[in-house]
Amino acid sequence: MKHLRRWFSGRTAVIALPMGFLLVFFLLPFFIVGKISVSEMETVTFKDIVTYSEGVLQLSIKFGNYFFIAEDPLYFNTYLSSVKYAAATTVLCLAIGYPFAYFMARARRELQPALLMLVMLPFWTSFLLRVYAWRGLLSEGGWVEQLVSWLGLNQVLYALGLLSSPEQLMHTPFSLVLGMTYTYLPFMILPLYANLAKMDLRLLEAAADLGATPWVAFWTVTVPLSKAGIIAGSMLVFIPCVGEFVIPELLGGPETLMIGRVIWDEFFSNNDWPMASSVAVVMVLLIIVPLAIFSKYQAESQERAR
Amino acid sequence: MPAAAAPAFLQIRDVVKDFGGFRAVNHASVDIAKGEIFALLGPSGCGKSTLLRMLAGFEAPTAGQILLDGKDVAEFPPYERPINMMFQSYALFPHLTVWENIAFGLKREGQPKDRIAERVDQMLKLVQLSKFAQRKPHQLSGGQQQRVALARSLAKQPQLLLLDEPLGALDKKLREQTQIELVNIVEQVGVTCVMVTHDQEEAMTMASRIAVMSEGRFLQIGAPTELYETPNTRFVADFIGNVNLMDGTLDVDQSDHCVIGCADVKHYVGHGITGSEGMSVTVAIRPEKIHVTRKQPESSEFNAVRARIKEISYFGSFTVFHLVMPSGALLKASQANTQRHRDEELTWGDEVWAHWSRSAHVVLTQ
Amino acid sequence: MKLATSAAFNRWFGRGWLSAGYLFLYLPIVALVIYSFNDSPIPNVWRGFTLKWYVALASDREMLAGLWLSLKIAFLTACGSVVLGTLSAFALVKYRRFRGRTLFSGMVNAPLVMPEVVVGLSLLLMLVSIQRALGFPERGMTTIWLGHLLLGMAYATVVIQSRLQAMPPQLEEAAMDLGARPHQVFWLVTLPMIAQSLVSAWLLTFTISLDDVVISAFLSGPGSTTMPLVIFSRARLGLNPSVNAIATVIIVIVAIGVVAASWLIAHSERRRQREMAEAAHT
Repeated sequence: MKHLRRWFSGRTAVIALPMGFLLVFFLLPFFIVGKISVSEMETVTFKDIVTYSEGVLQLSIKFGNYFFIAEDPLYFNTYLSSVKYAAATTVLCLAIGYPFAYFMARARRELQPALLMLVMLPFWTSFLLRVYAWRGLLSEGGWVEQLVSWLGLNQVLYALGLLSSPEQLMHTPFSLVLGMTYTYLPFMILPLYANLAKMDLRLLEAAADLGATPWVAFWTVTVPLSKAGIIAGSMLVFIPCVGEFVIPELLGGPETLMIGRVIWDEFFSNNDWPMASSVAVVMVLLIIVPLAIFSKYQAESQERAR
Repeated sequence: MPAAAAPAFLQIRDVVKDFGGFRAVNHASVDIAKGEIFALLGPSGCGKSTLLRMLAGFEAPTAGQILLDGKDVAEFPPYERPINMMFQSYALFPHLTVWENIAFGLKREGQPKDRIAERVDQMLKLVQLSKFAQRKPHQLSGGQQQRVALARSLAKQPQLLLLDEPLGALDKKLREQTQIELVNIVEQVGVTCVMVTHDQEEAMTMASRIAVMSEGRFLQIGAPTELYETPNTRFVADFIGNVNLMDGTLDVDQSDHCVIGCADVKHYVGHGITGSEGMSVTVAIRPEKIHVTRKQPESSEFNAVRARIKEISYFGSFTVFHLVMPSGALLKASQANTQRHRDEELTWGDEVWAHWSRSAHVVLTQ
Repeated sequence: MKLATSAAFNRWFGRGWLSAGYLFLYLPIVALVIYSFNDSPIPNVWRGFTLKWYVALASDREMLAGLWLSLKIAFLTACGSVVLGTLSAFALVKYRRFRGRTLFSGMVNAPLVMPEVVVGLSLLLMLVSIQRALGFPERGMTTIWLGHLLLGMAYATVVIQSRLQAMPPQLEEAAMDLGARPHQVFWLVTLPMIAQSLVSAWLLTFTISLDDVVISAFLSGPGSTTMPLVIFSRARLGLNPSVNAIATVIIVIVAIGVVAASWLIAHSERRRQREMAEAAHT
């Protein structure tokens, strides 16, 4: 009945304002990036795709950038290594973060808010500063380096290919992955904790009653139930890691190719905006699938919470 | 010829509510008088809550009309209707005190401060919570919260009060006490009241008239005794209280009596029914109307059957015997334990006679 | 028996893992603080205790200007994010179906994970295009604010949405039933109930804006260098104890804030539980 519409007026405004903001400042820019990726770069800024001069309407679309990306193995390798490092970081975050979140969720009820706060505290502290701190910790002559040498870990890491030489910890794949894992660990722990804390412990009691050992119960009951948390955490780590810039810049080295740095360099150092745009477009296409998974998960978790 | 009666205070006229392909309320119609306490009774999913929400204004009917004092309420949103609701979960505003909760509706009306204060105090006294005025809802017990919810819904002197499962959240002891209190308050205030419940005891004790609903339809509307003693369908007979249902055929149909033959017993019913001989009917007999004795009753040709006691359920004030008849069908008979020690103690496995009078039956054709 | 030994193992293993984890999380923070008092230009080698870096901080104009700008932007970002976040949370929770809902939901959540280089680059290119067409805006504080707003809105929506969803809808229905019009329902009932999440969202988006590097880098203009950009450029060049000093200041402020807030929340929750238990016994 039309009266219902009248009663809930203002609905359009509530939706329109944020929707409008997002359309203009989030969606539209993507189209513009696409457009610029196929335009020519002039001295200070980019040339328009559509020009009209002397009665002639000219459309100039330059696909050269994309061909360049496709041909030059450097770009392919960089994309690959970005995904590789992001994946490694995600796996490490999961390996460290899952038990962490698990034990947090199983700790005494009174302790849990404090435990949670202690995880959140580094998150609230500037991430830039913490990454910078690792720079200091891993630098030459520092006590961390000495400790790692003493433990012989540097030889292990060197053998694994994570260090280019046993002496230097800094500006290596090791320092990069360490830095990224460190930074994104809270992003993995929080959704996992939220999921595990809500789990009904009586399910484990039922499993034990039916003959499952704690180890079996963990893998057959706890882990499947925390699937949503695992996916959320993994997406929250993987997707931003692929395009990370600050950490590779501060902690990475010459052999840690990351696509975020390429985009930055193309834009700020080479001043080649179309090139930067094309690299960005390809990167977005790369992460479009995990992005869709994440978006679907978010929407579903909202529905479930209804 | 009686003078044309004044139109009922609340008229629900042929109301239909569809949710997509699902019909929640299916042509419901009833007239409710001013000052009545009317109950919508039915199992979950029968549409009673949907109908209540349409009265409150949270849903709009797909078809049909709802007239309150002659005015179509569909034209008004919930905040403009002279109707107030007491929610099942009480829905007290947690950030406001008891006093502020009750005053909420009055403030929206724009009443002057002293009038609001007067009215709130009046309501607090009505529900006996004057001492708790400054408490917040989480500082109250369940029963106290309910009284605040009631006071809040009466504060604006609504023309219609809606109760959504009013006693659902309370435990049994508290429920009995609250039932009476609630009815007293509502009658004292004199407001017309429509309540929704799935608990037939609640409906029977509190309401003056009940509408039994199933699958969106009103099956029967009437006073509690009417519904209990003369249900019109198997569903109503079974839903309200306990009942024994026996299928049979109408053998003899006269104006003053009829005989119905069932598998185990022939019923001699002391009144005639509208029907044709040979048609299938169901006989409904309430357990308390069945007598269980060891001795064979004097006339055992009709309204009597031999049975064996299969189970005995002892409820303290009464006992229910679960009897097995020769065909294997079950019969439930209940007896009040008026004496401490019965002369003939009946026990499991005993062969007994179950018998009833010729006025104990209700004959159902649906 | 197996259960018993495994329970003990679980406990000790758990404690060990958590301790090691927390150690890992806090090691850099502690190092930052300690070395801010280190009397040595090389932060990793301890020479002696000094406060000279803090003294230098007081006259570090570049850093202080950056701090002031960052605080201004962060404040505006937080306010704007809470407004936009509340609106989008409301739209997503209260309006079950509307045209473009999937798109809207996707757009609101995407900035949470989208790499910042992409967000920064795309936003900049768009602003430049607008600038070429309309003559404004110039790159500077406003453009940085817009970029932070985009990010902040995503975070704010998540925080506010979860609280809004947890709120029973009967409260709003009860308010309407008692005569409150829809906007009154929002101001008198909904808002007080989600107030805590609004504060959380405000603080969260403030922090995120204060800390942002990449988006700020793309969207800043001459004269609008935020504090993270100052720190970043110094950090790139090498190790600089002045960074440690400002880091310690920030850490201390944040630590006090987070601990105080957590304690307050826990305390009021404990009191609430106690009152509820008392009420049940009356």
